[in-house]
Amino acid sequence: MIEVIYILWLRQLKHYWRSKARLLGSLGQPVLFLVAFGFGFGPMYAKASGGENYMDFLAPGIVSMSILFTAIFSGLEVIWDRQFGFLKETFVAPISRAEIMLGKTLGGASIAMVQGLIVFCLTYVLGFRVPGLRSLGLGLIFMFLIAIFFTGFGLAIASKMKDMHGFQLIMNFLIMPIFFLSGALFPLENLPPAIYFLSRVNPLTYGVDGMRGAFTGISVFGIYNDLAIVGSLSALICMVGAVLFSKIEA
Amino acid sequence: MQIILSVQSLTKKFEDFTAVNGISFDVETGSIFAFLGPNGAGKSTTIKMLTTVLKPTSGEIMINGFNALKEQDKARASFGIVFQDRSLDEELTAYENMEYHAVIYKVPRKEREDRIRQALEIVGLWERRGDYVEKYSGGMKRRLEIARALVHYPKILFLDEPTVGLDPQTRNSIWSHIKRLNEEKGMTIFLTTHYMEEAEAVADQIAIIDHGRIIESGTVEEIKKRTETESLEEAFLKLTGRDIRDDNVPGNKMRTIRGMRRRGRY
Ligand SMILES: Nc1ncnc2c1ncn2[C@@H]1O[C@H](COP(=O)(O)OP(=O)(O)OP(=O)(O)O)[C@@H](O)[C@H]1O
Ligand SMILES: [Mg+2]
Repeated sequence: MIEVIYILWLRQLKHYWRSKARLLGSLGQPVLFLVAFGFGFGPMYAKASGGENYMDFLAPGIVSMSILFTAIFSGLEVIWDRQFGFLKETFVAPISRAEIMLGKTLGGASIAMVQGLIVFCLTYVLGFRVPGLRSLGLGLIFMFLIAIFFTGFGLAIASKMKDMHGFQLIMNFLIMPIFFLSGALFPLENLPPAIYFLSRVNPLTYGVDGMRGAFTGISVFGIYNDLAIVGSLSALICMVGAVLFSKIEA
Repeated sequence: MQIILSVQSLTKKFEDFTAVNGISFDVETGSIFAFLGPNGAGKSTTIKMLTTVLKPTSGEIMINGFNALKEQDKARASFGIVFQDRSLDEELTAYENMEYHAVIYKVPRKEREDRIRQALEIVGLWERRGDYVEKYSGGMKRRLEIARALVHYPKILFLDEPTVGLDPQTRNSIWSHIKRLNEEKGMTIFLTTHYMEEAEAVADQIAIIDHGRIIESGTVEEIKKRTETESLEEAFLKLTGRDIRDDNVPGNKMRTIRGMRRRGRY
């Protein structure tokens, strides 16, 4: 059981590690956002908030962003596997669908975590500082939970999809809104009611809020509430994913 | 006489199109069973149901004493499968593909390396084990898939057009290995092929399927006798007609294109 999960995990890490283009390419966006938003909105934010540092606000948001996109990408890999026929090889093996789901979730989440850590280091270069080890530890937990949740989410969606085209749709109409309405880039205050509502049912909102709370002490909902919400959602999505996986016809 | 695979009234419908229409047959333990039929007859669809990839619309399947629909994992552990279309991870090396397979089929760790080596040597790929599959030729990929299906010592091996796109040398060597596995290990072989000479040379039992139904079955001799023909190929043509398939189904361009793409792989 452990070995099966391990080999599934290992395969994904090998893919990630061997495709340097993907590794570098996926760093482009967060760097761009950090620099463009950080320097573009920094002065405005400082003025509006009465002198606070925008980088403190933005850095956790961009780390979440890179985790979100990398995690969702794991779902894309399943669709890829289906098109290239490899999914069948895994699905005719005498292993439970829950093991497959677990292995793939851990693999995808590990990659997302690595990606998040790289971006985290970049924010350090741009002046972002974490107060202490305890904050760091707590922040890492949030990073990991966000990674788990969105990998599971991507896999669950992918299990229902036959090809890439549908995934593009999901990307534009689900993932982008999730990102923009999560409070990653700007505070979720004084919003129109509909948008406010959407931001409150958005799982990433709590992930970003918790991570920001851990790293900088600014949290809207309270770190432990965030932790409870993101933690239980992650567990839930893994179960949903396992059920959906058991229905896949490769 | 023992039966390793028993199929009862197996049916698969894709929306309102019936690809496999209530077929029943038994395969004897230790035999080589050839499942023949024109393009689009329903061979691959049948194999996918037998190997739990597709859910049947109705019918029963028993593999190695396990109900393939209810005791899926036990059934899965009993067979090996080489699909008609590719199923390798091209971003891994050949050895890594084999190792992945050995682990998910729970081959004991101690035996893994030996078994992988053995299987790769059978198909002559041991020296190239470190290469990325991406860099393999079509024939090498096919041989790798066959080797992979042998790693967990299946009781029954499904081969969906194993030799398509291979040169005669490789075809011969693959058939002789398959025959040897069958004779020495008593491994049951269930195969499809469009090369009638190959089927005639290796198969103990033959079933011919057309439009989702089995239209003839028996030994080569029995079939030749009943159809009053000299070779399996003649018998096949006599039974299934000379029309080209796929194209003669009205309003089914998609189907032809899909079939062509699938076959163009190797
Ligand atoms: N997923 C699917 N959806 C709809 N129709 C399908 C699907 N898979 C197969 N079919 C159809 O079912 C029929 C049987 O297909 P199958 O692949 O089993 O044929 P086959 O006997 O293996 O042919 P070939 O010799 O060309 O491989 C074909 O008409 C095919 O178009
Ligand atoms: Mg076929």
